[in-house]
Amino acid sequence: MSFQDFSQMRPHLTPLTECFKTQPMLNVRRFLATPTWTKLQWPLAALGLVLLFNFLFTPGFFHLEMKDGRLYGSLVDILNRAAPVMLLALGMTLVIATGGVDLSVGAVMAISGSIGALLVAKAGYPVATVISISLGASLLAGLWNGFLVGFLKVPPIVATLILMVSGRGIAQLLTGGQIITFESKALEFVGRGTFLGLPFTITLTMGVFLLLTLFQEKTAAGLFIQATGDNETASHYSGVNTRLVKFLVYAFCSLCAGLAGLIVTTDIKAADANNAGLWLELDAILAAVIGGTALQGGRFYLAGSLVGALLLQTLTTTILTRGVAVEFTLVVKAVLIITVCLLQSETFRGSIYRRSQV
Amino acid sequence: MNLRLIKRNIPFMATAIVCLLLYLAAGFQYPGFSSLRVFINFFSDNAVLGIAAIGMTFVILSGGIDLSVGGVVGLISVVMALGIEKSHVPALAVIPLVLLLGLGFGAAMGCLIHFYAMPAFLVTLAGMFLARGLAFVLKLEAIPITRDLEPLVSKASVPLGEVLEIPATALVFLITLAMAIAVAHFTRFGRNIYALGGNEQSAILMGLPVARTRIGVYALSGLCSALAGVVYAFYTFSGNPNAATGLELDAIAAVVIGGTVLSGGVGYLAGTLLGVLIFGIIQTAITFQGTLSSWWTRIVIGLLLLFFILLQKLLQAKKFKPLNMHTTRHETLS
Repeated sequence: MSFQDFSQMRPHLTPLTECFKTQPMLNVRRFLATPTWTKLQWPLAALGLVLLFNFLFTPGFFHLEMKDGRLYGSLVDILNRAAPVMLLALGMTLVIATGGVDLSVGAVMAISGSIGALLVAKAGYPVATVISISLGASLLAGLWNGFLVGFLKVPPIVATLILMVSGRGIAQLLTGGQIITFESKALEFVGRGTFLGLPFTITLTMGVFLLLTLFQEKTAAGLFIQATGDNETASHYSGVNTRLVKFLVYAFCSLCAGLAGLIVTTDIKAADANNAGLWLELDAILAAVIGGTALQGGRFYLAGSLVGALLLQTLTTTILTRGVAVEFTLVVKAVLIITVCLLQSETFRGSIYRRSQV
Repeated sequence: MNLRLIKRNIPFMATAIVCLLLYLAAGFQYPGFSSLRVFINFFSDNAVLGIAAIGMTFVILSGGIDLSVGGVVGLISVVMALGIEKSHVPALAVIPLVLLLGLGFGAAMGCLIHFYAMPAFLVTLAGMFLARGLAFVLKLEAIPITRDLEPLVSKASVPLGEVLEIPATALVFLITLAMAIAVAHFTRFGRNIYALGGNEQSAILMGLPVARTRIGVYALSGLCSALAGVVYAFYTFSGNPNAATGLELDAIAAVVIGGTVLSGGVGYLAGTLLGVLIFGIIQTAITFQGTLSSWWTRIVIGLLLLFFILLQKLLQAKKFKPLNMHTTRHETLS
């Protein structure tokens, strides 16, 4: 079966590059019909609504200014603060696409941040070594999760729960229960640096996103991931190495978490094993679900997850700048999850549709 | 409960053996560990976790999951503290009201999960955010309860000889456990839960009331969480919006260590009790040891979780031979 046949059978798997095939310019009509867009329009509309609200009622929200070669303003701040959740959401999206979930990302962030801070503060290793050891440790955590889920077939919630429960304990043991502070201009660049006039975190996140998108469009990896999540047995019979797919997806998710952990740690120049990445796994799952990735697996929309993470951060920033008490953030998030779930529920949409027919 | 040595019972037996071994090892290591006082403290110190884990057991038996447990405990403790301190409602009147609140909260989540086929994971996650958020909106810091509660708690404890007593928190835990075992094994509702978790399709075809059972399970879990919130107030004499952060995960861990299978349909409440006791034994042993960081509790729990999951996998793997390319359909059926 050629790829063309396949994409006709399963239009939602049509890669974006297909839209450019017939003519050199972007075929707008075809693009608007791709699931990437149809799934993206709802979170984008929500984001637009929140931004419109701010445009009308929050003075100075869209104000940007250049200071010391770096752009400042609420919008830049939102992008910068959303970066860790965006990274987590990218990894989480792939995991959810295989029908799993990774609860350990918050704990992995704490581990990676603690190792980074310890190596700089206590051992004084060069930055490249520190970053590679931190990321290596998170990769190891991911390989462990992947081994449990992929090869031992442990249910993902339980498998990653193990590391979620003990991971923060491991991070606490590493740091001796203390907050490790450090000074290292080079390492701080990861979380606080400026690149092309924007915070470096934005470049980093966009880099990971572009790499993933390229990987998804140019190789069959995306197809394998969706196939594994859609119907594991069928994919196995069609020759997809579903075990390996799961193994690698969890490894990648933890790698993203390790990167996010480094960002969070270097941003505040301290490793707080207790609070780094606390509850962020839930934000990451939420971002992916808002972006149109179904928890049952089989579909994923990387761009949607980014928009989901941005929506969450924009809401949080709006609540902060409007002077509403911070504690409402959780309530708003709860309402958001229920709304998104209701919109995705066939039964709910069916009942609305039937009512409007009468 | 049927305790023959059949495969289904092996995880439960293993938990019992591990629990006993841990207790004996700690008892030999530290003098005073095996005293009755320490034993009673296992129940009173872990009453919040235990009661929440009882509710969680029902949810997991039905094939679902409830992440809202910790949030509800925080919310209920705050509502209770505000009711007693600010509104001057007597404690005995507040308790039924907050229990009803928890029941309604759980039932609402159950309705969303059942009628709109929404994933339990997400709905209860929203429930957690909502409960925790509302608790913070009501009050940002802990509220001490100075009126009314203390005489109630001391009256409710049972004296045991001259110096010892069973505190009210432990008593509530044990009574809840007894009632939960009765519900699970001697009522129609309990059998329906096992059937629903075992195979939903069969449950529907058998004509079991799936809707009532599933909503009932989440309502029951909400009720248990609310009761855990009340016990939290009993235990600390305060309401705290930060109470029981991460309790849901400890509860899931206790349930899984207790031998309940996460896919539903198999497990015992007695196993959950053992799981909670293992939590208590490890924590107390680390306190007795004195030099180990309390973070070792989390790591040991993680290791135990791993051990029991691998054990369950091992037992399952022998039961269902995985299909592979080389076995034909006929071979697998025979």
